[in-house]
Amino acid sequence: MSKVSMVLNGKTVSADVEDRTLLVSFIRETRGLTGTHVGCDTSQCGACVVHVDGKAVKSCTMLAAQADGCDVVTLEGIGSADSLHPVQAAFREHHGLQCGFCTPGMIMTAVDMINRHGAGNLDEATIRHELEGNICRCTGYHNIVKAIKAASDQMAGMAQAAE
Amino acid sequence: MAVEGIGARALRKEDKRFITGKGRYTDDMTMPGMGFAAFVRSPHAHAKVTGIDASAALAMPGVDAVLTGDQLIGDGIGNLICGWMIHSKDGSPMKMGGWRALEPEIVRHVGQAVAVVVADTQAQARDAADAVVVDYEELPAVIDPLAALEPGAPQLHPEAEGNLIYDWEIGDEAATNAAFEKAAHVTRMEIHNNRLVPNAMEPRAALAGYDAAEEHYTLYTTSQNPHVARLVLSAFYNVAPEHKLRVIAPDVGGGFGSKIYIYPEEMVCLWASKRVGRPVKWVSDRTEAFLTDAHGRDHRSEAELALDADNRILGFRVKTVANLGAYMSLFSSSVPTYLYATLLSGQYDIPAIHANVKTVYTNTTPVDAYRGAGRPEATYLLERVMETAAREVGLSPAEFRRKNFIRTFPHQTPVIMCYDAGNYDATLDAALKAADYDGFAARKAEAASRGKLRGIGLSCYIEACGIAPSAAVGSLGAGVGLWESAEVRVNPVGTIEVLTGSHSHGQGHETTFAQLISERFGLDTDAVSIVHGDTDKVQFGMGTYGSRSGAVGMSAIVKALDKVEAKAKKIAAHLMEAAEGDIQIEGGELKVAGTDKKLSFTEVALAAYTAHNLPEGMEPGLKEGAFYDPTNFTFPAGTYVCEVEVDPDTGKTEVVSFVAADDFGNIINPMIVEGQVHGGITQGIGQALLENASYDENGQLLTASYMDYCMPRADDVPSYQLSTHVTECPGNPLGMKGCGEAGAIGSPPAVINAITDAIGNNGLSMPASPEKVWALCQAGMRQAAE
Repeated sequence: MSKVSMVLNGKTVSADVEDRTLLVSFIRETRGLTGTHVGCDTSQCGACVVHVDGKAVKSCTMLAAQADGCDVVTLEGIGSADSLHPVQAAFREHHGLQCGFCTPGMIMTAVDMINRHGAGNLDEATIRHELEGNICRCTGYHNIVKAIKAASDQMAGMAQAAE
Repeated sequence: MAVEGIGARALRKEDKRFITGKGRYTDDMTMPGMGFAAFVRSPHAHAKVTGIDASAALAMPGVDAVLTGDQLIGDGIGNLICGWMIHSKDGSPMKMGGWRALEPEIVRHVGQAVAVVVADTQAQARDAADAVVVDYEELPAVIDPLAALEPGAPQLHPEAEGNLIYDWEIGDEAATNAAFEKAAHVTRMEIHNNRLVPNAMEPRAALAGYDAAEEHYTLYTTSQNPHVARLVLSAFYNVAPEHKLRVIAPDVGGGFGSKIYIYPEEMVCLWASKRVGRPVKWVSDRTEAFLTDAHGRDHRSEAELALDADNRILGFRVKTVANLGAYMSLFSSSVPTYLYATLLSGQYDIPAIHANVKTVYTNTTPVDAYRGAGRPEATYLLERVMETAAREVGLSPAEFRRKNFIRTFPHQTPVIMCYDAGNYDATLDAALKAADYDGFAARKAEAASRGKLRGIGLSCYIEACGIAPSAAVGSLGAGVGLWESAEVRVNPVGTIEVLTGSHSHGQGHETTFAQLISERFGLDTDAVSIVHGDTDKVQFGMGTYGSRSGAVGMSAIVKALDKVEAKAKKIAAHLMEAAEGDIQIEGGELKVAGTDKKLSFTEVALAAYTAHNLPEGMEPGLKEGAFYDPTNFTFPAGTYVCEVEVDPDTGKTEVVSFVAADDFGNIINPMIVEGQVHGGITQGIGQALLENASYDENGQLLTASYMDYCMPRADDVPSYQLSTHVTECPGNPLGMKGCGEAGAIGSPPAVINAITDAIGNNGLSMPASPEKVWALCQAGMRQAAE
């Protein structure tokens, strides 16, 4: 057993867990945050993407102990029903989800994508290429791509307005 | 929010919970004191189980029990069944072999469960499952369905001699043979429809609990049809009587057919929860899903099309061998028969059709319905043959199809179906225009200047949805009726709950069904809740598959709404001292026509519940239920045009454009319908280019993870160009046909027709991997050089 502490969605949490506990299990089972999903166990599908110290990470392929001392953000941490993150809002506005199972990872990947490229700097080809590590079986990606592009452009507009 | 009725692109009511991480899937559920199950699975495709030693596993930390098939059988748990009886052409019933949820004697596919471990944690259960020692005596296995029919092939089930489940036929063989005798041209093809794994992103899961005092079970499960699950678990598997078993399918992360069936694992969790005395949760990992979720497709066919001298179709003759895997899954027998061969007429006026279908056992995972279920196999067969025939006789593939279109309705095909309405010219015209079919030659030349081979391919599909008229399917062997139920509960304050037997696992029913109520009563969609997926709340229902939730599920809601409206009008007429016939419902109010007298819907609802002043003899309350049984299938149809570029140096195919023109009848929410088409087309492109469940000769599944089974990613597909044309379906009150499967049905032949057009070689099978395409390109270049 190891004591693992991290900042999870802005709150410091710690727990004694088995050494082999995966980050996704820590998030889901130890902390009850079930918005992060396990779709494949082999880091292909991306349903489990969270941000660790600002970088998108597949939480099914990282030990909780490796995240000790890190700042971890899950889908629940970027916005709420009353105050949606622009990417969350864009997924709804553009029907970028159907069953919702891949959605947490898609949104967290999209937020990371926009952060890395800069808001407003994403075109369709880049978005499609960047989504290589996220599988969706429902939407055919068409509306996910539209949603990410719209969110990216909207966030650029928000940044400009703030200047 | 707003009044958003039929035709509105209403944003989805369910989305907020999914985009904020508040969805509630089966694996998110807990019960106090729950343990975890892990299954001990066969590593062999075919073997005798000669011993199971659980002593080491039982000594491991946290382990409650290791349960086996002998205990399951000892407790009276029944075999898994196939619920659709098919008779061979000689009149004999299909040969169903026994399928036990935990197999004590002979395993017949890799991954079949022989024991289950229950432990405190998932990790402990999985560790202990690895420590259960099972002795096997390997038996010869057969994987290829044609080999399974050969004399001397390894035998799977004593009930099925020669591994043959049934030898079935449809259509008029003599008339079809006569058509070929007078044919001016015959096109012949051998066609393989590749085996697929459905791959809903949420793996299957179950959480079962048993209340000993009440002798009552609760099961959370990833089901498309929880009521059917309860019925089968109760009536056939003897787990518990229906009133002692509650089945809840909460948010379900995609189904595509794979979550229709009742599998061993869910049943074992229920049984184990009583035996072990604690709730039991099981969550499939992805490799378990590849090994145990019912696969799809896997047909080998020979097809022949007979044409007269004017290139009109005279007859179509088909022989198909369908691989059903090691056991007959719940609806497996219906897929290669009534969901397949009944669609072989396509959009065409074909005077004579005959199809012979043999289904066989092999030592592979069971095969059942996967998005489209039989209809993609029929469409792929017919549309590849149509494109090939057009090339052979030197006609434009579009004009050859147009020449043979059905144009008068109703149209009785030679294979049972009676098409009620359609306009195939309209969707063909729309698709050709959107794809700039006439401008293709210029694009091909431009691509050639870049060293690329450009091709264009068509597919004109039809499907039978709105599954299905109960008496009709009963006469064809179905063990259940396929009606749907609904209950509309108007609360005293005028808000409405609609209980439906349909189940939403991505289709957006909470939104579209609410739009129907919004349209009828002029109420805000936020005043409406859709309740589904819980056998304690909804009395009964047949669930969601076969694109049936609109045409059948919503029709049931319409029937219930008719009754609610009639009663509300009676109350309003009484309260306003008007004639019932003068009451109109508009904008959330009941008005007396031609006057300014009106009552809000809320006032009428409240009056129904206060019951202080109701018409003489009327019961209080405002709640009505209805069962709707469709009168016919519905027939969505359309044309898809795919354009590809092939790199002859690498064999890589890029789908550069994809156009879909669909006729789904009336549409409630265009946004949601488009989403269904996008997803379906992507699954079809996946089948055509990327996906294949591949076994080695020993029955090991070589593609049992996402590292080996190629799922379509975002950069494998383009953005799509969609349009719809409406011919109303005359068979149901909303004029709807269904849209859930069309994309997966219509797209594979369009893609393959485009590639074969590009490379000038028709000998291509799915998936059109770069390796296969490159080899054909090389062969073509060698031929050209000689």
